[in-house]
Amino acid sequence: MKFGVGQPVPRLEDPRLITGSGRFTDDVNLPDQLYMAIARSPYPHGSIASIDTDAAEAAAGVVAVYTAADIESLGGMPCRAVLKDRQGNPCFIPKRPLLAEGRVRFVGEPVAAVVARTRTEARDAAELVLLEVEDLPAVVDLNAAAAAEATVLHEAHGSNLAIHYENGDEAAWEAAAAAAAHRVQVSLVNNRVAPSPLEPRAAVGHYANGTFTLYNPSQGAFAQQGVLARAIFDEPLESIRVISGETGGGFGIRGEVHPEAALTLFASRALGAPVKWHGDRSEMFLSDSHGRDNLTRADLALDESGRALGVRIETLANLGAYCSAVGPFVPTMAGGRVVGTVYRLPALYHSVRCLYTNTMPVAAYRGAGRPEACYVMERLMDEAARQLGIGRDEIRRRNFIPSSAMPFVNHSGVSISSGEFEATMDLALERADWAGFERRRRRSEGLGRLRGIGLGYYVESSGGGPEEEARVRIHPDGSAEVIVGTYSHGQGHETAFAQILSDTFGIEFDKIRFIQGDTAFVKFGGGTGGSRSSQMGGIAVKRAGEGVIEQGRAVAAELLQSEPGRVTYEAAVYRLDDASAQVSLADVARAAETAQFGGEGLAETHRYDRGAGTYTFPNGAHVAEVEIDPDTGVLHICRYTAVDDCGRVINPLLAAGQVHGGVVQGLGQALLENVVYDTDGQLLTGSFLDYAMPFADAMPDVDVSFNEVLDPNNELGVKGIGEGGACGAPPALVNAALHALASRGVTAIDMPLTPEKLWRAANGLSLQERAG
Amino acid sequence: MNGVQVSTTVNGDVEEFVCHPGETLLEVLRNRLGLTGAKEGCGTGDCGACSVIVDGQLVCSCLVLGAEVEGRKVATVEGLADGNRLHPLQDKFLEHAALQCGICTPGFLVAAKALLDDNPDPTEEEIRYALAGNLCRCTGYDKIVRAVDAAAAELRKSSKKKASGRKK
Repeated sequence: MKFGVGQPVPRLEDPRLITGSGRFTDDVNLPDQLYMAIARSPYPHGSIASIDTDAAEAAAGVVAVYTAADIESLGGMPCRAVLKDRQGNPCFIPKRPLLAEGRVRFVGEPVAAVVARTRTEARDAAELVLLEVEDLPAVVDLNAAAAAEATVLHEAHGSNLAIHYENGDEAAWEAAAAAAAHRVQVSLVNNRVAPSPLEPRAAVGHYANGTFTLYNPSQGAFAQQGVLARAIFDEPLESIRVISGETGGGFGIRGEVHPEAALTLFASRALGAPVKWHGDRSEMFLSDSHGRDNLTRADLALDESGRALGVRIETLANLGAYCSAVGPFVPTMAGGRVVGTVYRLPALYHSVRCLYTNTMPVAAYRGAGRPEACYVMERLMDEAARQLGIGRDEIRRRNFIPSSAMPFVNHSGVSISSGEFEATMDLALERADWAGFERRRRRSEGLGRLRGIGLGYYVESSGGGPEEEARVRIHPDGSAEVIVGTYSHGQGHETAFAQILSDTFGIEFDKIRFIQGDTAFVKFGGGTGGSRSSQMGGIAVKRAGEGVIEQGRAVAAELLQSEPGRVTYEAAVYRLDDASAQVSLADVARAAETAQFGGEGLAETHRYDRGAGTYTFPNGAHVAEVEIDPDTGVLHICRYTAVDDCGRVINPLLAAGQVHGGVVQGLGQALLENVVYDTDGQLLTGSFLDYAMPFADAMPDVDVSFNEVLDPNNELGVKGIGEGGACGAPPALVNAALHALASRGVTAIDMPLTPEKLWRAANGLSLQERAG
Repeated sequence: MNGVQVSTTVNGDVEEFVCHPGETLLEVLRNRLGLTGAKEGCGTGDCGACSVIVDGQLVCSCLVLGAEVEGRKVATVEGLADGNRLHPLQDKFLEHAALQCGICTPGFLVAAKALLDDNPDPTEEEIRYALAGNLCRCTGYDKIVRAVDAAAAELRKSSKKKASGRKK
């Protein structure tokens, strides 16, 4: 099948996007719309003494100014993480108001919404909102937030600790550590990053005839509808329609409902006109959820031969000033499900303290906890190899969970169902010419450069929410329509799901119409995130399609005056088994719309339930090879090899694209990206000039290949491919840099590996002390 | 309003508009001329999502005032295709799946067009440097670079054909 599963089919999405006719939220304009701008707190922490809106209200073009007092009818932004500590205490989750109430807790926190006739008028007036606060000390540093004497952000709670999550058996770890021949310790920073989809957030809210309509970018409209209806507006679900047209990247954070979207709806209801908001890039740095931000100490116990006996991992995780929708779930359970990753660890103790600080809330970012978990184990493995004098591939070989031990239940009770970790690593080593490295190193040495090669193995637990829905309808002209609850914001589901349906029905690719992201059609769905769409949406689509074929078989049997058992289906035609008569899928669909067959047409909704607590396990081996100029600190990525096991590849073009993107985001975090708040809590990285995202000139060609080990628990055999790159790249890159710097006696360095840091490391200078 | 009367050429068509003195070319294109292909990714000239070509020069339209294009020629992504016939760059972006969310794509296409107008046979390094004014968060650039390289080869082939056709 030319357009079937496994083929490199060009994307159906692309014709509109390459001609400039994609419709993103900022391209939506409604008649008589007003414009909203947000006045944000310039203070990291303070009690609100007053918010003076008089000047803003009097400014040209201003229609309304809202503060917390005006929106008391609205609820706050909910956190859906449900966590308890070992003593049974729930995670402390404070109210996160749409507009600051009583206190401001981070720079950029929304304080007032200003609505005016034009965007410029709204923005100018927002600058006239006068916020007065009684300053409170800002808590920025994670260690400081954990200290007993720390200023407390949420006073009633008494400390900044939201939850102390623990997993595993500390006593077993102590015993393993006592018996160990070797102990290897690392202290790691997983730096805070700004996910930064290239489309700044925008929203157009319109209230008319008792119904709210919201246009906004998201990772799934249904989830947004639920949060808005239940948590924020307390209105019936049907009264809110969410439409996400094109969304310009998500990476986890577009799964959140941000306050501005709700405020456009509130203002539209109050003012009787559509209200549009379009944030600028600096606002995004201030107010788009951030990612990562962990401090981790880890300790690995090994026997004489380099086999692991146990591990202890202790992390301080930054939640920011409030809980995002997933907040404390990410550093605890999301990463914790694969704690210890791909290695056999007889004993394990995992501790995570989630802390509030005066910074923007942290949410899911590509991988969400898994990249952090993998970084810890991959740094430990490299450090153990170095200290024990064992090859870095060899120490992994000795500790991998073998395929023969699968399904393998890890310390989180999660059953890792499939994977060929050693074989996948070997493929990567071969493609990266790991064995030939020494020759290349000598050549670099001759040029005065330090060359290193590094490995990062990752595993994920993917799938997210265990339910997903798809609806497939066959129209009387024989074309198909598919409505999905997942949401493609760049992944190419329109194409991938059409491939699955094309396979299922044997109908032509261009006869498949794809609908997503509009709650007028999408009645259920978990959206896209956690590499879940191919395995969840894909299977829901396939099964809905198969259901339609079965429905059609019954109709065809009647039309052919026979029994369903005698009717076969192939390539859009139902035939009697003796080939004496046939009827087309289109004719069957037409018949199904007549009263004789109930008039419902040929349509099936399938809700797929994967089963709670089950996941798929995308995994892979990434190899980075780098060259560092010790005179400038500039690191050049000479070569990058990725071998991923994402289960069955539906479309190699799309899958490779996911690997490329994930790898470059991971390399960005490892090399360049860092959200910096100064000690007073002011954001220093508020533009693309201050926050370095990778451009094309510094990024490598990525050698992408797949070791397809089919998932045993779903009929497509798919696992997911969205996040592996972001998991594999940081450890591969940092391990390569440390390998390069080994000759200079460097054994530890923290991301991001800026030229200054590398230069200092290569030249024996302190990493702490800043130049100038 | 204190409007500025501007007469210019956009994608070969004469356009007349009145804009505020402080209005950017990006705002004019998007809000007055209905050309929403150019996007605001940062508004500060750092991301290239708003790239257009003015008199043969690649610019960030968020850093150019609408009033400045008086008497000039502006080319945007909407003018890249010839009617229904896609430009080779667009063809190759399709073929290589060189885009994901698509928000930065118009800017990349325009920047690549400016590169190939100037240098029909760029090396990979030259392509990467020429596109280093454009941020993409989805693709990791790999397929974009390959698509531009393939489009350059395609364009060279067709210009050769044209040249040899003329000789006859």
